[in-house]
Amino acid sequence: MEISAIYYIIPSLVMFCCGVYGFITRKNMIAMLISLELMLNAVDINFVVFNRYLFPGQLEGMFFTLFAIAIAAAETALAIAIIINLYRGSRNIDADEITKLKD
Amino acid sequence: MEITIPILILAIPLFMFLLLGLTGMKMSHPVAGILGTLGMGTVLVLSYITAFTYFFSGNPEFVAESGERLQAVIFNQTWLQFTDSLVIKLGFLLDPISAMMLVVIPTISFMVHLYSLGYMRDHHGVYEHGFQRFYAFLSLFSFSMLGLVVATNIFQMYIFWELVGASSYLLIGFYYKKPSAVSASKKAFIVTRFADLGFLIGILILSYYTGTFDFMSLTSAPVDGIANVYQVSELTAEGVKGIFTNSAAPIFMGASVMTWALVLIFMGGMGKSAMMPLHIWLPDAMEGPTPVSALIHAATMVVAGVYLVARLFPLYLMEEAALNIIVVVGALTAFYAAMVACTQIDIKRVLAFSTISQIAFMMVSLGVARPEFHHGVGYMAGMFHLFTHAMFKALLFLCAGALIHAIGSNDYTAMHGLRKYMPITHITFLIGCLAIAGIIPFAGFFSKDEILTACFGNSMLWYVWMSLVAGLTAFYMFRLYYLIFWWKEHKVHEGHHAPHDQPWTMTAPLVILAVISCVAGFVPFGTLVTWNGEPMFAYEGFFTNLAHLDWSVAAISLAVAIIAIVIATVMYKKENPLPAKMKNALPALWDWCYHRFYWDELYQFITHKIIFGCISRPIAWFDRHIIDGAMDGLAIVTNKASWAIRGLQSGRVQMYVWVYLAGALLLGAITAICLL
Amino acid sequence: MESVGSIIMYVIIALAIVVFSVLTVTTRKILRSATYLLFTLFATAAVYFKLDYEFLGAVQIAVYAGGIVVLFVFSILLTSHPGHNSERLVSRKRAVGMTAALATLIIAGYALVSRCAMMFSPLPEMQNPSMKTIGSTLMGTGSGEYLLPFEAISVLLLACIIGGVAVARKR
Repeated sequence: MEISAIYYIIPSLVMFCCGVYGFITRKNMIAMLISLELMLNAVDINFVVFNRYLFPGQLEGMFFTLFAIAIAAAETALAIAIIINLYRGSRNIDADEITKLKD
Repeated sequence: MEITIPILILAIPLFMFLLLGLTGMKMSHPVAGILGTLGMGTVLVLSYITAFTYFFSGNPEFVAESGERLQAVIFNQTWLQFTDSLVIKLGFLLDPISAMMLVVIPTISFMVHLYSLGYMRDHHGVYEHGFQRFYAFLSLFSFSMLGLVVATNIFQMYIFWELVGASSYLLIGFYYKKPSAVSASKKAFIVTRFADLGFLIGILILSYYTGTFDFMSLTSAPVDGIANVYQVSELTAEGVKGIFTNSAAPIFMGASVMTWALVLIFMGGMGKSAMMPLHIWLPDAMEGPTPVSALIHAATMVVAGVYLVARLFPLYLMEEAALNIIVVVGALTAFYAAMVACTQIDIKRVLAFSTISQIAFMMVSLGVARPEFHHGVGYMAGMFHLFTHAMFKALLFLCAGALIHAIGSNDYTAMHGLRKYMPITHITFLIGCLAIAGIIPFAGFFSKDEILTACFGNSMLWYVWMSLVAGLTAFYMFRLYYLIFWWKEHKVHEGHHAPHDQPWTMTAPLVILAVISCVAGFVPFGTLVTWNGEPMFAYEGFFTNLAHLDWSVAAISLAVAIIAIVIATVMYKKENPLPAKMKNALPALWDWCYHRFYWDELYQFITHKIIFGCISRPIAWFDRHIIDGAMDGLAIVTNKASWAIRGLQSGRVQMYVWVYLAGALLLGAITAICLL
Repeated sequence: MESVGSIIMYVIIALAIVVFSVLTVTTRKILRSATYLLFTLFATAAVYFKLDYEFLGAVQIAVYAGGIVVLFVFSILLTSHPGHNSERLVSRKRAVGMTAALATLIIAGYALVSRCAMMFSPLPEMQNPSMKTIGSTLMGTGSGEYLLPFEAISVLLLACIIGGVAVARKR
């Protein structure tokens, strides 16, 4: 049996769908952030797989993933800082109930 | 003539207005008052120099070889150039009437400036609030009025015409905390504005058909070179006459367009000069300080209408119909105002109606003037009466001011028997009354006599009519005089000071004006001011005027005046029941006179019931329901729509993601199905 | 033809990715969720190793597993009480989430499977990119080299540090 690109893409797609599901259903903001990480990861896998299967001599996909990891790290750090700040203000990090900005 | 002095005559009051208006509040009260008075004094000297140079220097610029007085343009600057032909200029025109006004206006204005130094403070010497503002406005008024009389073209006149209206408005509403003063100022402004609308339309018609604003080219025969020097339009006086006499001239509603133009211009004059039916503002204008009434609403501004007609007199001469309208309006107004003046209680109201009546005299005089009778004596008489009336009416108003200041009330019922307490005021007031009643040798006798002569020359009807009004004038003035100074002994209330004569700043103007009222009649106006500049007779010493009187007319008018005075003396000298009996004998007439023939009520009815009720209310309804409704409808729709889609901006991030995802998936599905 | 070991490795990795992903979003304890995320990330790293990108795999483990997950764990411990379960999901909400996820799965999967023939091509041969190649590519300025993005990322990280400090600082 050949392990072709599709064999990696399908689990990555599942991972992405899990991210979507989690992002939509979870109330806790950290859980939402985790779902977000899942989606990012799925995309990273795709980059790497396409790079490996279609352009094996080049490194574009790999570097893109590298940068994506760096940016994801930065984004997570900031998001967590904001969440903690929110928590400090309202003792609550449920997305449904952080509605003060709306009014 | 040098242009320095004429420019200064206009510039000093304007500068004073700016100075006092902008920095007056920083000055102490007396400094502001004295500055304004000194400024006006300078103007007085300068304009006397100008007027005397014009009349007596014999300069060929002013007097032709034949002795005819010329119109001289001292300067005429282009101010606004709209098109090649539509040019508005500002200038300085000297001719007999403007030179005469250059004497009248600064004289009265200076007297009023001086008088106000005393009048505008209370018994303890405390200056009234807004004292500096008062002097600023007086200066503004003097500037505007001087600019009006020296206007070289009808548009400049219109500009200053509005300026005097504005300063009159400001001064009537000087006590802006008093509701009656505020409404009086608004009334004056609105009524005169309404009249000025007619004036403006008249100007536009006139200048459209003649192609010029310029008085010289409108009224005088062209002198060689004037067209070039002053760049007047090529249309000469002959051309103007051509338009008038041309049978093909445009006709509008049964009258020629020129008649319409002149009548509309006269309408502006009616508003300013308080001719019936636009007179209603003047009695209310007495809400202003009394010196203002003397200056603006007796001596100068209200005669602007007369001046306007005199200025355009050669044009009016070409339109008999317009002159006849002037006569009818003037005669009716004179009689009406005299009737009303007989019943008023407020002394300033009496004087106001007397003013209306006297101005109507001038109007009638202009209206009956025809060159073929005594060299157009009516024109001269009207101007003469303007001059003398300004002096004695200002005197009467200033006396009234002194009385009001001393008593603290406008009603003669609070006065009575003041002759012993205020001797100077008493004598000067008496002189003013004698002058206005037309007793020889006081000023009013000569001018009124000339007016009656002119009426006599025109038609018997007007002569009898105006003689009757002259008699009424003598009657109501002496009624007022007796009621103030005689009737019964004055009661001094406990704890009050007895009324007394006012300080010299107030009495000096009274005395000066009284002296002028005594001698002004001897000014040989016939040699100075005539409709075409040619002297009516030669100057023959101090008694020239006496020598040229029509003694038959004079004797009759004198007799009428004396009879009226005798009647007034019988009725009012001592307290007696006669006036009450008169009143009860003719209650309806008395009521109508007392309520000024219900003119105000009529206006009230027209404006409130007819205009507001039938026109304004539907318009307001339309505005409120249709126009506002449409706007509100738009707003409501927007509002509703916003509320409807408000839920989309729920702030719930997860919902956003879901919607976003749905869109992205939809696009993806479409791409997947269609593209590949 | 792949070796059997390789296939077994693949099966393990794919199963791990699928199972731990699903567990990450379905467990009701947030700390467990973070732990499952860690396993998912490890599985991802394994994918990279298997596809011969050792450096990338190492970075994935170091940054993601070592950095981000630890951040998550810290913040979870800061913001929630131990033993606290999140409430049971409302069925409506779960239905919405399921719809979205399944729709994504179906549409993307359909597009992948039906339209992309190249998805089934075998794995081409490739030399492991050496550290030297990676380094010179990252620091080079020529075509296909990445100094500028590298610098941009460094500035971004700096901004992030400052921002994080500014936001989280106690006032």
